[in-house]
Amino acid sequence: MFLKLQETEQANAVWECLEHVTDPELDEPVTDMGFIERISVDPQQKRVEVEFRLPTYWCSPNFAFLMAFDIRSAVSTLPWVNHVNVTLNDHCFADRVNDGVNGNHEFSDVFADYCDGENLDAVRLKFLEKAFIRRQETVLLGLEAKGYSGADIVNMTLETLDAVHFTGCEEAKQKPRYRSLLVSRGLATGLHDPAFVTWEGDRLTIDGLRGYLATLRGVRINMEFSGALCRGLQSTRYKEVEIGKDGPTLIDFILHRVPPKGAGGKSGVTT
Amino acid sequence: MFITKDGKEVFIVDGHTHFWDGSPENQSNIHGKQFIDCFYAYHTNLSPPEQLWEKGRFEKYSEDDVYRDLFIDGPDDVAIIQSTYLRDFYKNGFSSIERSTSMAARHPERFIVNGSFDPRDGEKALEYIHYMKEEFDIQGVKMYTAEWNGESKGWALNDPAAYKCFELCDKLGIKNIHVHKGPTIIPLNKDAFDVHDVDYAATDFQNLNWIIEHCGLPRLDDFCWIATQETNVYAGLAVVMPFIHTRPRYFAEVMAELLFWIGEDKILFGSDYAIWTPQWLVEKFWEFQIHEDISAERVGVQLTDEVKEKILGLNAAKMYNIDVEAKKKQLNAAPVQIAAE
Repeated sequence: MFLKLQETEQANAVWECLEHVTDPELDEPVTDMGFIERISVDPQQKRVEVEFRLPTYWCSPNFAFLMAFDIRSAVSTLPWVNHVNVTLNDHCFADRVNDGVNGNHEFSDVFADYCDGENLDAVRLKFLEKAFIRRQETVLLGLEAKGYSGADIVNMTLETLDAVHFTGCEEAKQKPRYRSLLVSRGLATGLHDPAFVTWEGDRLTIDGLRGYLATLRGVRINMEFSGALCRGLQSTRYKEVEIGKDGPTLIDFILHRVPPKGAGGKSGVTT
Repeated sequence: MFITKDGKEVFIVDGHTHFWDGSPENQSNIHGKQFIDCFYAYHTNLSPPEQLWEKGRFEKYSEDDVYRDLFIDGPDDVAIIQSTYLRDFYKNGFSSIERSTSMAARHPERFIVNGSFDPRDGEKALEYIHYMKEEFDIQGVKMYTAEWNGESKGWALNDPAAYKCFELCDKLGIKNIHVHKGPTIIPLNKDAFDVHDVDYAATDFQNLNWIIEHCGLPRLDDFCWIATQETNVYAGLAVVMPFIHTRPRYFAEVMAELLFWIGEDKILFGSDYAIWTPQWLVEKFWEFQIHEDISAERVGVQLTDEVKEKILGLNAAKMYNIDVEAKKKQLNAAPVQIAAE
């Protein structure tokens, strides 16, 4: 009984870790996207297994690599974890991704081998920029909708932005994400720094604001296209998922895959 | 012919359709199964519920289905059928020019069947282009730069081997080069649907028209930039169209960008049949207006009736040398019939 409780608790902790792993193309947590299929925890062996699946068999392998390694490193930060095994299911590149992520190789080497010598840091930076743009656009449009003028916006400090209360769900969600990226990239260091600068660190200008927003919109239109397709395709693909013979797991509950009443199954986590 | 609520007749050229066989009997391997499954997922996710097909029909539909869906229940006057071989995945190809031409033979006045080739085949590709011109008198081709071919997982329009093929197309008068630059269905390490190769090819082959299917999404900004520089680059709306139903505001944003950057004369309607059927797409498109706030961000661009007529048929008619009035007369004289069931 105690072991069962511990498993559930630990599986929850794994899930919380995974909430910080994002799909690099969409800037959405893999947990929100429903990519995580199964978490299993063995408290005695201090071992965690995570299985994930992408919306299609053809999803870009470099994204698959990034997510697989991010999952591994996120789960590895838990103090009680000794070993993490990550499995990508049903993907045209699954074998290589799984060999890569579960072997003891440096991610940068595996990535370069399989992704045509692409530089991992450059790829990550590109996606970070897109995430910044998308989060910033949401916040800027939210401010405009609240009646802030161009001058208010370009002169706004971080302190003023912190005091803004958004009621829209998307703005409220993106504001802290925008802020954290702004600060972690060193684009704002103090409360009196401007809240809005370009990815290169340049100040926005009143005259340039509309043009700047048009550029941000262009980036968002691209991301939204992928996002809409991914969500749609994912929802169809995951309908095929069946509950394992040991009954539903924590993930099944989180993803509402629990069978109807009377269909059996027990709570908890498979081991 | 699409008839509006006010009784206006609108001439429809469906710029992107297929006659495929994705059935298990034709699949060579798991990739073939996954490919048609992915198409089916597009169909199920972006169609209104009343438009859904069962899987078996979607995998392999009949000639009668095509005629009914496009010309009887559907509004198309002329449909452009694209060829996509995917020989590594399907025994007889996914949609071959031979099979499509045989289907089209019952109503040849309704169809334009385009070919396809793979520049990585070298001399054989050149021979094949000759064959398609001589046998089928093709006016256009569909290029799929992400197709697998042995060890290669993709190619670019500006590869030297591709240039040899386009030189031959130019010489033979195969003017319309449709290029799949869209959602990453079979990408590998390098981004095979990156749109920058279009820039080189369109500059170097000014006589050819480059129709970028799916508008390069998710790289719309790159695509618009290139299309604005090059007068011979067009936007094909296949896969973009169904967003009109699932995400109308998003559809409006994409249309506003296209109208602002590349203009009303260079946008082509395509249903991507059989992923979607044209009737509901055209109906919704005719009723559609770009939201005011979105239009205001792009100097007031709007989908007027005149603009819609261009997108739905007149632009493609120009590129494919269709005399619209003559075609209307010809079609009125030869109504489509399908075999009694």
